[in-house]
Amino acid sequence: MLNYTLRRLMFTIPTLLLISFIIFLILDLAPNDPTGNLPLTIPPEVREKIRASLGLDAPMFVRYLLWCNQFFINEPLNMLYEGFNWCIGDCENRLRVTSWSTRSPVVDLIIERLPQTLWVIGMSYVVGILIAVPIGVISAYKQYSWFDQAGTFVSMIGFSVPTFFTGVLLIVVFSVMIPNDSWFWLPSIYDTTHVVTGLDSAGEWHFSTLWSNLSFQFRQMLMPVMVLALYNAAQISRFMRASMLDNLSQDYVRTARAKGLKEKTVLLVHVLRNSMIPVVTVIALGVPQIFGGAIITEQIFKVNGLGQLLIVGIQGADIPLVQTLTFLFAVLIVIFNLIADVLYGLLDPRIRYE
Amino acid sequence: MLDARATILDVANLKTIFNTRDGEVHAVNHVSFSLAPGELLGIVGESGSGKSVTMMSLLKLLPMPPAEITDGSITFDGRNVRAMSDEELRKVRGAEIGFIFQDPMTSLNPVFTIGFQIMEPLRLHMRMSKKAARTRAAELLELVGIPDPVARLKDFPHQFSGGMRQRVMIAIALACDPKVLIADEPTTALDVTIQAQILELIKDLRQKMGMAIIWITHDLGVIAEIADRVAVMYAGQIVEHAEVTELFRNPQHPYTRALLETLPDISGSRAKRLMSIDGQPPNLSKAPSSCEFAPRCRHVFDRCRTENPQRRDITNNHDVACWWDASTGEPADV
Repeated sequence: MLNYTLRRLMFTIPTLLLISFIIFLILDLAPNDPTGNLPLTIPPEVREKIRASLGLDAPMFVRYLLWCNQFFINEPLNMLYEGFNWCIGDCENRLRVTSWSTRSPVVDLIIERLPQTLWVIGMSYVVGILIAVPIGVISAYKQYSWFDQAGTFVSMIGFSVPTFFTGVLLIVVFSVMIPNDSWFWLPSIYDTTHVVTGLDSAGEWHFSTLWSNLSFQFRQMLMPVMVLALYNAAQISRFMRASMLDNLSQDYVRTARAKGLKEKTVLLVHVLRNSMIPVVTVIALGVPQIFGGAIITEQIFKVNGLGQLLIVGIQGADIPLVQTLTFLFAVLIVIFNLIADVLYGLLDPRIRYE
Repeated sequence: MLDARATILDVANLKTIFNTRDGEVHAVNHVSFSLAPGELLGIVGESGSGKSVTMMSLLKLLPMPPAEITDGSITFDGRNVRAMSDEELRKVRGAEIGFIFQDPMTSLNPVFTIGFQIMEPLRLHMRMSKKAARTRAAELLELVGIPDPVARLKDFPHQFSGGMRQRVMIAIALACDPKVLIADEPTTALDVTIQAQILELIKDLRQKMGMAIIWITHDLGVIAEIADRVAVMYAGQIVEHAEVTELFRNPQHPYTRALLETLPDISGSRAKRLMSIDGQPPNLSKAPSSCEFAPRCRHVFDRCRTENPQRRDITNNHDVACWWDASTGEPADV
């Protein structure tokens, strides 16, 4: 198993290099211009100089190799320097992958945006799973009962109604129609600068301050989390239900009952353990999407997470930002594919990788 | 039919139907039999004759709905099984009545070790500690003839061959020293040499442990080898019931006779074609109002088509449900 994992990890290196090159090619072929948003009064020669200053006058291969150098060598070395103060080479003047529009290192931008995305989108994924698994189990066990029918109906809605509709609907109900002094009112804009702390403006620690900060954080997360959780739960609960149904009709379930086991044990130990195998794989494969951020939902609730960063980067033709973000998503997808495969092997004793 | 012998299990007039979308299916129709402690009762019949459903009905192992037990009484060890709550039934299943199923390849849970699966009933019914259960599980594996039992407790079902898995199933069924073992075609999915080994094992275990066994099969050869008494089932009814030597020597029901004739003879010259019983098993969509075997019977006469025959005694411990009298070759005088 360890051998297999290591071999697969080795294989990811050429795969990822190839992916990074393809992303670079696609971005280079795209008809975009980082000077496109500048005023038209700027003369063409100046424009050319600006482009040259960004390094755009060099041939494509050179630019690709420079990006590789910055991303694969300079960025890790910089992390060592900033994290552990280990200095290798010229630490102060190392050229990092830099965003064209903000002039800030891309990796710093990502680190800045990551917490919001992980909190909101990650929480929605966790909530989605926590809702989906019991619904899937009960729906399958009581197949065609009213609970199952209701579950199927809600899943269908969650699946088919886009998040930009459910998101706006929730805003209309909870932020607009409900008066904002009501207990039920929820903010429609996610305040990224909000810090959960017990310190008040005078710098003193109060439990009540912590509580009010915490409840505000909870309230502002509630709508985006629910919108995405509905979507995630819809998908995962269907998987869970199908997988449970597959296993409930197996012979080993009859054996378990014939042994005199409690119905709860039969269902939650014997059947659930088998049913979780494909569902865990699906859940693992979905994790990279958390980091990718929910572009649309982040836009609706003004959560400035990674999804929004990517959109802004694309609009401004900020090639280093888009290239780096897209590549990191690719890395996550490749890694979580591997994790899903390894999990499959761990959960199902019949599968052994050699 | 029932004499003064002690009985561990007594089933009378059991009736099970399935409520399907296309209407009712009468799978078990007024089946009665009894089982003495330590006895081996063989149940034979073709596929769909209601053998398995009868046994599953005993402990409500059928999915309900669609299955429904509509009539009859089941007495196990002096207790009324039909009146038991789910909780009481659960304590009988696995503890006092063990089950072995047909297909050992799918009857074990693939993601748990053999040890875990054998220890489960021990810990539940006998309240054993983990350690005691493990020791007992290893003993059970030893008992059913699995070499190196302690090490194999940690193995998963896929690491065992079909015959070995069936031995594991037997070990699970025997775990709590059941009074009755119900074996539902336990050798059907196995090849002949493994089948012979399992039969030897069961014979041996029966002597050691002295439990009563109900052995469901469609293989008359197996029945002849191990059973004390035999019940022949057709279309959800017991059509003939006798001690095993009596049944093979003196079969009464035309169906039993036809079944015995279909067995190829290993002595003499080889028959050009294998014998078969013409026709199809009946559709069970309504309760029987005539003899269900009549359309395929070579001795059929008018009464067979209008009235369903009840079981009548021929000699001691031999009864048949037929209007025709095999000894005279004429309609029976009842």
